[in-house]
Amino acid sequence: MFYREAGQFKTTYLADQQIFPITQDRIGVLLILAVAFVAVPMLFNEYWIKAILIPFLIFSLAALGLNILTGYAGQLSLGSAAFMAVGAFASYNFMLRVDGMPILIAFVCGGLSAAVVGIAFGLPSLRIKGFYLAVATLAAQFFIVWALTKFGWFSNYSSSGVITAQEMQIFGYKFVTAESKYLLVLSIVVLLALAAKNMVRSSIGRAWMAVRDMDVAAEVIGIRIMHTKLLAFAVSSFYCGVAGALYAYAYIGTVEPEGFNLDLSFKILFMIIIGGVGSIVGAFLGAAFIVLLPIALDVMVQEWLHGIFPPSISSNLQLVVFGGLIIFFLIVEPHGLARLWQIGKQKLRLWPFPH
Amino acid sequence: MKISTTLIAVALLAGVVGDTMAQANEQFIGLPSYRVGAYAAGGSGIYGGWIDYMTLINERDGGVNGVKLSWEECETEYNNARGVECYERMKKKGSTGNSVFQPLSTGITYSVLDKVAADKIPLVTIGYGRTDAADGRVFPWVFPMITTYWSQATTMVKYIGSKEGGLDKLNGKKIAYLYHDSAYGKEGLAVLEKQAQKYGFTFVPLAVAHPGNEQQSQWLKIRQEKPDWVILWGWGVMNPTALKAAAKTGFSREKMVGVWWSGAEEDTIPAGDASKGFTAAGFNVAGANYPVVKAIQDHVYKKNKGNMEDKSRIGSVYYNRGVVHGIITVEAMRTAQAKFGKKPLNGDEMRWGFEHLHIDAKRLKELGAEGFMPDLKITCNDHEGSGKVKYQQWDGKQWKVVSDWIEPDREMVRPMIEESAAKYAKEKNITPRDCSKEG
Repeated sequence: MFYREAGQFKTTYLADQQIFPITQDRIGVLLILAVAFVAVPMLFNEYWIKAILIPFLIFSLAALGLNILTGYAGQLSLGSAAFMAVGAFASYNFMLRVDGMPILIAFVCGGLSAAVVGIAFGLPSLRIKGFYLAVATLAAQFFIVWALTKFGWFSNYSSSGVITAQEMQIFGYKFVTAESKYLLVLSIVVLLALAAKNMVRSSIGRAWMAVRDMDVAAEVIGIRIMHTKLLAFAVSSFYCGVAGALYAYAYIGTVEPEGFNLDLSFKILFMIIIGGVGSIVGAFLGAAFIVLLPIALDVMVQEWLHGIFPPSISSNLQLVVFGGLIIFFLIVEPHGLARLWQIGKQKLRLWPFPH
Repeated sequence: MKISTTLIAVALLAGVVGDTMAQANEQFIGLPSYRVGAYAAGGSGIYGGWIDYMTLINERDGGVNGVKLSWEECETEYNNARGVECYERMKKKGSTGNSVFQPLSTGITYSVLDKVAADKIPLVTIGYGRTDAADGRVFPWVFPMITTYWSQATTMVKYIGSKEGGLDKLNGKKIAYLYHDSAYGKEGLAVLEKQAQKYGFTFVPLAVAHPGNEQQSQWLKIRQEKPDWVILWGWGVMNPTALKAAAKTGFSREKMVGVWWSGAEEDTIPAGDASKGFTAAGFNVAGANYPVVKAIQDHVYKKNKGNMEDKSRIGSVYYNRGVVHGIITVEAMRTAQAKFGKKPLNGDEMRWGFEHLHIDAKRLKELGAEGFMPDLKITCNDHEGSGKVKYQQWDGKQWKVVSDWIEPDREMVRPMIEESAAKYAKEKNITPRDCSKEG
């Protein structure tokens, strides 16, 4: 009834091509942003911001990065966590070794370093596809973690191979409180998400999708395969790298290379599969599902089922329920939560008179 | 989709709201446990033993000076991000907030290292974590208690020396170091290299890639190098694999010495007969005959309040390690209560208790833990407190103690700790505390 575009006439190309062509969508997005920027820091307590929302945003960004590569450009990757590690360690080293390095520039440099590494490991994609490419990116996963452990230079010769993120400071303002860190992460994620949305709507995104759908045909119509694929690897790794830097600086503080292991890569992959492959909003929905649901289950088990089951059973029960829910959602909607969201919007357009 | 997110939100809210209702006269201890995943054997044993000891204190003594212990578990899955979530979730629970955080994971230790100082919660890491945190001047909030990896490495050399008939006999010998190729495995490298210089033995480091179920090339190398001893610095599946590979290679298990994360029943039983004769370090010993373990049987399991489902694990290495965690936590609380009064204590007060913890031989006897764990004395300067390690040998069925408590080579380890801590302090702009001014 309220959500429909009847009466909204586009009289210019500009109006037709904007990101959210429907007025209600624009209002909705602005509302969400207002809540995220203003209401959340005021209303939510430290636990929510520090332990739930910051990791959710960071993993959303990583999932967004992988979604660009896998969802839009069709290149399967199992190395996202490793690219995050490159971002984190590169930012750390830029901060450490360059005097007076501004933190935001260090994040960008971290992202760019990840992009360079991403391009290097994206080279095999010119020859191999699908599962075989996944195996090649698996090599990136193991190689990068190994290299960061092996060569002490990366961790400034710390005896145990870990890095401790330096203090974040912009124009003298120190990001110490949970709220300030949250706002910093949120701003970066919003900016990059907006950039991603625009990228996939532009010629770059169309080239990616053409390659994804059929690379021979794409080549025939004049899309440069090498350029397009490597660009996808670079952009995707950049996003993962920035996410990794934020993970180290705004969330964990002290990170070890082992923390960016294959498990994390799989988690990010599951995020986009559950959330929706080839969808920006899907990255956020998937991250919410994978990051928040296990925590919610654990809270439920500890609060409500305390003492009913022996502890080992209740811990395993969480995994069983979590796995069950993944299967449930994949059966109900194989295209992910983003597709459910879209269907919901379609239905809302016709509501309350579907016929 | 919408319904499910609403449900999650409601559930989370319920969880956060629910925790404000805690009893007033209870000391809350948050347990970031892990009972699923690859390390579940360690997690369930250690947290099980720890919970059983706290239950014992509540059941037998009515708490610590009348203050009952309460706790809640939070499943970390041995995952750093989940560990941080657990830390934040439990931070404000109980009447005084979480009073101590012990994650049993080096990764989670690093992840919360900066946070504990800001939140004033002591971080106690018994037998793992950041070694240089033993310098309490730089790390007031971190307690790598009893003994560290570096201390352990020096006791290993001492133990091998005693088997060779004296440390001077090590000259010209060859010791291989078979280690898990990770931050954890590399902990032993620098110390052992220095020990090799000091005692004149040849040191052969051999890295094994995670998870460690592939060791053929390393054992081929051992066959070529013919070391006199092999130090096994393994974790999880790497340990039984190494023992089996040694049996296949024909390397005597009597000449293999393991780290304390290689020396549990879960490491030897899977390798079967190949484990017989293998020796491993430990800051606690195995066995159910110690009075403290018997007391748990009497006061906890007879009332059916025990935490372990598999009761045969009571008295195993991991279980007893959990009891040690319990003893240290409770004794620190007792110490702090003597200063701050018999009430639930906050993290700051508990930190004082840990820093002034002194469990001497007499106290160990009173606790029924004589020979079960070493005596220890923590000071502002020294957050390690003991460094002593015992060696146990697997006789095919159980662990048998084969050495007394071995002192570490403090003259070598302590300067290394101070050097590393000073580097950290410089990087983080920390001014080390002046311990002569601490109360």
